[in-house]
Amino acid sequence: MIVPAQFYLALAAILFFIGVFGFFTRRNLISLLISTELMLNTVDINFAVFNAYCHPEHLEGFFFTMFGIGVAAAETAVAIAIIINVFRNVKSIHIKNMKELKH
Amino acid sequence: MDYTIFILALPLLSFLILGLCGMKMPHKTAGLIGTFSLGAVAVLSYITAALYFGAGRDADGLFATIIPYNICWLPLGETLSIEMGILLDPISVMMLIVISTVSLMVHIYSLGYMKGERGVQRYYAYLSLFTFSMLGLVVATNIFQMYVFWELVGVSSYLLIGFYYTKPAAIAASKKAFIVTRFADLFFLIGILLYGYYAETFSFTPAETVLMTAGGIIPVALGLMFIGGAGKSAMFPLHIWLPDAMEGPTPVSALIHAATMVVAGVYLVARMFPLFIDFAPDTLHMVAYVGAFTALYAAVVACVQTDIKRVLAFSTISQIAFMMVALGVCTSADPHEGGLGYMASMFHLFTHAMFKGLLFLGAGAIIHAVHSNEKSYMGGLRKYMPVTHATFLIACLAIAGIPPFSGFFSKDEILVACYDYSTMMGIFMSFVAALTAFYMFRLYYLIFWGKSYYEQQLALYKEGKSSHEPHKPHEAPATMTVPLVILATISVFAGFIPFGEFISSNGHAYTIHLNYAVAAVSIFLAIAGITLATIMYRKGTSSLTVSINRNLKGLIDAAYHRFYMDELWLFVTKRIIFNCISRPIAWFDRHIIDGTMDLMATLTQKLGTWVRPMQSGNVQSYSVWFLSGALILVLILIYFV
Repeated sequence: MIVPAQFYLALAAILFFIGVFGFFTRRNLISLLISTELMLNTVDINFAVFNAYCHPEHLEGFFFTMFGIGVAAAETAVAIAIIINVFRNVKSIHIKNMKELKH
Repeated sequence: MDYTIFILALPLLSFLILGLCGMKMPHKTAGLIGTFSLGAVAVLSYITAALYFGAGRDADGLFATIIPYNICWLPLGETLSIEMGILLDPISVMMLIVISTVSLMVHIYSLGYMKGERGVQRYYAYLSLFTFSMLGLVVATNIFQMYVFWELVGVSSYLLIGFYYTKPAAIAASKKAFIVTRFADLFFLIGILLYGYYAETFSFTPAETVLMTAGGIIPVALGLMFIGGAGKSAMFPLHIWLPDAMEGPTPVSALIHAATMVVAGVYLVARMFPLFIDFAPDTLHMVAYVGAFTALYAAVVACVQTDIKRVLAFSTISQIAFMMVALGVCTSADPHEGGLGYMASMFHLFTHAMFKGLLFLGAGAIIHAVHSNEKSYMGGLRKYMPVTHATFLIACLAIAGIPPFSGFFSKDEILVACYDYSTMMGIFMSFVAALTAFYMFRLYYLIFWGKSYYEQQLALYKEGKSSHEPHKPHEAPATMTVPLVILATISVFAGFIPFGEFISSNGHAYTIHLNYAVAAVSIFLAIAGITLATIMYRKGTSSLTVSINRNLKGLIDAAYHRFYMDELWLFVTKRIIFNCISRPIAWFDRHIIDGTMDLMATLTQKLGTWVRPMQSGNVQSYSVWFLSGALILVLILIYFV
């Protein structure tokens, strides 16, 4: 039996808004990073789904998925590095203490 | 005549040297640098004159107009350009002699007069600047160059009037002189621009054909130029700056405000004379009427002033007005038929520069001796200052028109020209000439005769009524008396120069011959004026003086206050122009123009205050804004596109 595409898309949408909600409400930089990753992954799911259902003869969507996973990994590495540096400077990873970044 | 460039370059050079490093020099060096450069300029001027007039007349019977230099300074278009150069013709060569002679005398005189003053170097720098500008003015090849140097003499006059810059009166006088002449120069500039536009050149000799088509506008342009000249030459009602200009050092008054700069207006009219005669004779006659009125006005005012330099200032205004009248009464370019005034005017300019320079320098020596300008501090000075007395007397006789002194010949020519024009004008000017003799001898007697202020004070001191011993008046040092003697010599003999041989309205030789009827009348009037002055002032205050003072009190008071012309100007400028024009403009500027700008600034600021809190630095609130924006865009895309 073939699972209809809507289920995948609904899953992606739900995961995406969980990520958005987490991004808006959490105060911990690591949690924010996890939320961002969640949103990125839903996009990867969407790429894969649309490729599989709309153009099964092509592979570009899967490539994009792979690419997205790679970028997400790199981004995570950078973000973790930034967070560590921030922690060293402000002794905290609470977002409230990040206000000095403005200007 | 390539060396003529040095006549301009030397004073400029000495101005630069004294201006840039004068303060490091001792006073004496600075004075000597100025004097020697002027001496060289004077020698060059005399050589130029000798060569120029010595070269003789060409086939047409004219002295050639020589232009050794003419450099295009500012091209304004295809046809119109402004040149800078040197032009030698009879009147400019004559002016070279006048300016360099008087300027040299003043330089020498100032060595004594300014001794020990602060800023002598600055003084000599300004004198050099003035001489440079004045020489540039007279040798101008075109009206625009003349205007440039015209403004330069204005600036140097301003600087020299305000030389004693710690004296409020001097500062006020310098500002007044500058503003009044600038105001007149505005008209001059408009006249020049009109002239340049319609005559298609700035030179003094535009093409005849162009002038024919532009005929109607030329009188207007010339009239506007005359207003500029009237400002510089202190014609009524723009004369108000000249009496106040006497706040400057006295040698400056002699050079700038008596002998040279103030005749620039006369020179301007003389320079434009061919155009006046051919295209604007009515404007020229207006010049005569303005001049005649000014001559009378200034002469009347001069009769009652108590400050000796003011008397001389008004006498200067009156004499310049004589020159203006002489130019104005010309009816043709032929000296034999109504063009005599041109020659007479230039002749009087020449002689007047000498004897008026002498009078001012003499007054300077007197002021130097008694430390005051007021007549009440003088009296009986002839015993103490014999040289000054003798030279001053010569100058007074010259200006009063007593033969054989120079003023007689030039003034006589002017009067002949006036009688040729109309009998009324002649009688009027003869009357003013009589007044001239009266006020000059009033001045002479007040200074040199009558009760001595010094002796009175000395007597008081000896009786113990005065606490300090008065300062004894003394003759001036040789640096001051030598120029006096030289100028006095010129004043005695200048009348015998065959002036018409060199300068006349159409350039041809003209032999001056005395008109005996006019000469007899003017001698008689001059002697009458002198006699009256002798009766009234020789022995201090006579009974006649007292009764005249009583009977004509109103007139004398009014004349003492210069017929309230300054008050009138103040009323016009302060009450009318300030209140009716300046204040509304200021209000418009402050409330409408500034208001608009302020409104824009306030709006921007308000908007900024409103927007600023959005930039909170809180990343999450930014992302909320970002997401809501993205959602709104998505909705728009879905529902509207």
